[in-house]
Amino acid sequence: MSSNDPYEDLTITTGAVVEPNTSLVNKTGSWRQFRPVIDQDACIGCGQCDTFCPDQAAKPIGDGDVYGIDLDYCKGCGICEAECPVDAIEMVREEA
Amino acid sequence: MAKAEETEDETEILKGTSAVAKGVMSADPDVVSAYPITPQTGVVEKLSELFADGKMDGEFIKVDSEFNAASTCIGASAAGARVFSATSSQGLKLMSEPLFTASGMRLPIVMAVANRSLSAPLSIWADHTDSFAERDGGMIQFYAEDVQEAVDHVLLGYKVAETVDLPVISTFDGFILTHVQEPVDLPDESETSEFLPPRDPTYTLDPSDPKTMGAYARPEHWMETRYEVHRALNESRDVIAAAVEEFADVFGRDYTEYGGMIDTYRAEDADYVLLALGSIAGTIREVVDDYRARGEKVGMVRPRIFRPFPAEALRDALAGKEAVGILTKEVSPGYESALAGEVKAALYSADDRPAVQDFIIGLAGRDVTKDEIAEMIEETKATEREMDFADEESWPQLRDEIVNEEVDFK
Amino acid sequence: MSSEHQDHTDEITHEDDLWNPGHRACAGCGPALAMKYVTEVAGEDTIVANATGCMEVVSTPYPESAWGTSYIHNIFENAASVAAGVEAAYQSFDRRKPDEFTSMDDMNLVAIGGDGATSDIGFRALSGMLERGHDVLYIMYDNEAYMNTGIQRSSQTPFGAETTTSPPGKESVGNDTHKKDVASIVADHGVEYVATSSIAYPQDYKDKIEKALEIEGPKFIHVYAPCPVGWNFEADKTVELARLAVETGIFPVFEMEDGELTDVRTVKDRKPVEEFLEHQGRFEHLFGDEKDEETIGEIQSFVDGRAEDLGIDG
Repeated sequence: MSSNDPYEDLTITTGAVVEPNTSLVNKTGSWRQFRPVIDQDACIGCGQCDTFCPDQAAKPIGDGDVYGIDLDYCKGCGICEAECPVDAIEMVREEA
Repeated sequence: MAKAEETEDETEILKGTSAVAKGVMSADPDVVSAYPITPQTGVVEKLSELFADGKMDGEFIKVDSEFNAASTCIGASAAGARVFSATSSQGLKLMSEPLFTASGMRLPIVMAVANRSLSAPLSIWADHTDSFAERDGGMIQFYAEDVQEAVDHVLLGYKVAETVDLPVISTFDGFILTHVQEPVDLPDESETSEFLPPRDPTYTLDPSDPKTMGAYARPEHWMETRYEVHRALNESRDVIAAAVEEFADVFGRDYTEYGGMIDTYRAEDADYVLLALGSIAGTIREVVDDYRARGEKVGMVRPRIFRPFPAEALRDALAGKEAVGILTKEVSPGYESALAGEVKAALYSADDRPAVQDFIIGLAGRDVTKDEIAEMIEETKATEREMDFADEESWPQLRDEIVNEEVDFK
Repeated sequence: MSSEHQDHTDEITHEDDLWNPGHRACAGCGPALAMKYVTEVAGEDTIVANATGCMEVVSTPYPESAWGTSYIHNIFENAASVAAGVEAAYQSFDRRKPDEFTSMDDMNLVAIGGDGATSDIGFRALSGMLERGHDVLYIMYDNEAYMNTGIQRSSQTPFGAETTTSPPGKESVGNDTHKKDVASIVADHGVEYVATSSIAYPQDYKDKIEKALEIEGPKFIHVYAPCPVGWNFEADKTVELARLAVETGIFPVFEMEDGELTDVRTVKDRKPVEEFLEHQGRFEHLFGDEKDEETIGEIQSFVDGRAEDLGIDG
């Protein structure tokens, strides 16, 4: 987990140059209204959810044979649910 | 004003564009982007010959337009290269969009601009309309009086640009300085490498240390980014002052008056002063000498640098004069000469400010004679201190007989 | 299926991601996938030159950057020439300052632009870069309109599509031109490698990127990337539509090498275009009380013509 917070001690750099990998401070998980829940028993570890996630939010977990969701960034688009070949993912409404 | 000294340097009689090209060669740029436009074309043509003969070994990009001359320079400069391009008039206008970004992105691009009028109507001849249209772009602007300065300003340009990380436009009047042959001391390689160390960029695009360049800035940050550019330009005056001192040591040509910002000629005790940019200064000097020979105290003040504006230097040089006649080769239609406006603004808060008369002359290469300059001095002498705004501006060369009697809107 | 609260957030790192999350693309963004795949193939020794547009704006609000690679954005219409300038600098460095900079042989130069930035306003810069032979891969991500400014028509907007500058109305069926064939125009520059791909087939797209990056000189990939907001469909259908576009022949997938068509993704039992059009709000006006058979027919006939020319039906 990256710890470079570009807003800490923020000053204008020469030419407003920005450090790489700094978007990580922006937790886009706050956007979503639906959250993917992965049935770990049904998951076959094919990685389609990872492949098709625009936000790098579906990644292998544990020993790498199943997938989990990074809720800091998941925007709840539902592509993972649509593309999962074994219907292991369900989009569930976020609690208010 | 530069005079080609008799030194061990090569003094050659060179065409203006060739001289500038050779000056660029001594700066050894990594990338040159070339596109033709009259009257600077000779610069890129000479550069292409130098590349073809292996005297320059960077990359020479024969771009498709001035827009992409500027864009390729931006990419190359961001990558850490020393770059060069040359343009005029319509070309400068076309590259304006990317060129304006160079200051915000703090890229030390150096560009030679052979001053030429802007359409419409189309004109290929010299005036300052083109570089003045780029005033607000955050670029440092040099104005050369002669071919020697046109060369020297390129070297000074690189030195200053690479210290302050801002783009530089080095101007010289089209045809008047591009197509003449003048004696020039060309810098030799050892002198130039003494004066101009290799570029040491603050950031590059090299994957060994990746950066993101050209981010967009939100309202909560943009003002500060602009402030930084403005401040850098303002503080570049000190860098310019140091650069001209070093230049004098290395090359033996002294531009150190007023820290390199303005050049004066017999102005200190003058009652009346003419102020002008660029090559017309050469003619003005002769008229000043004629007046002085008759015992009249007339002088000249010639800004070398237009951005950052030499406000303090001008306040000092013009204080206590009876009147100043500004001879300018541009006008901002609907108001007045931009140069005159800025000079007057600089004088607004000065003690003992002179009367000012603006003369719009020499547009699109119209020749300005010694007699015409003398008449302008006479008119300046007659300028009242209590300025009447209606009389402030004069177009002494205007051919009334071909202008309509009155404005005729439909 | 349990819906108890799963949270694997803490187990997941993004250390290897060169297209980082935290970017502000819309949920379900097709172009964001295109960016992800490029970075996965090109790797960390890459310099990206991006044009103004969605992928630039969502990824780089000062002081944040979603990019892990070196990156430059300048203006809207010059990604190709900025990349050309970077390339020229590196050609120069390789010759004159090899110890100070990474060698061109050890890195990739990728220029990226949307369809508006590339096919319209950036056409001049693109043509110049291609014609001069710079060693740059140009990727045009195609969401078929100027999306970042709020869905305006570009030369890649398909016939009949609604955009804010081509709205349907009494006198209009929506956009009244077909997509400009950028791939062929690029190929006609004498470019060694041109390809089209779709984000529904990431392996195909990534293979093409890899193949392109091995070639010295200019190369071009046109990648189809649906936009849920601009095309007006549910965000979870992005990949499905990118697939359907190929399955209907709406977006042909092919390679052109040295100007010749060398590979075409054939489609068995090509589906009628209606199946693609009916899922999207931007074509909704064609499916009112009365289907606009004429416009749908025009679209089908254009697609049929392209399919025949390219040999899509297999």
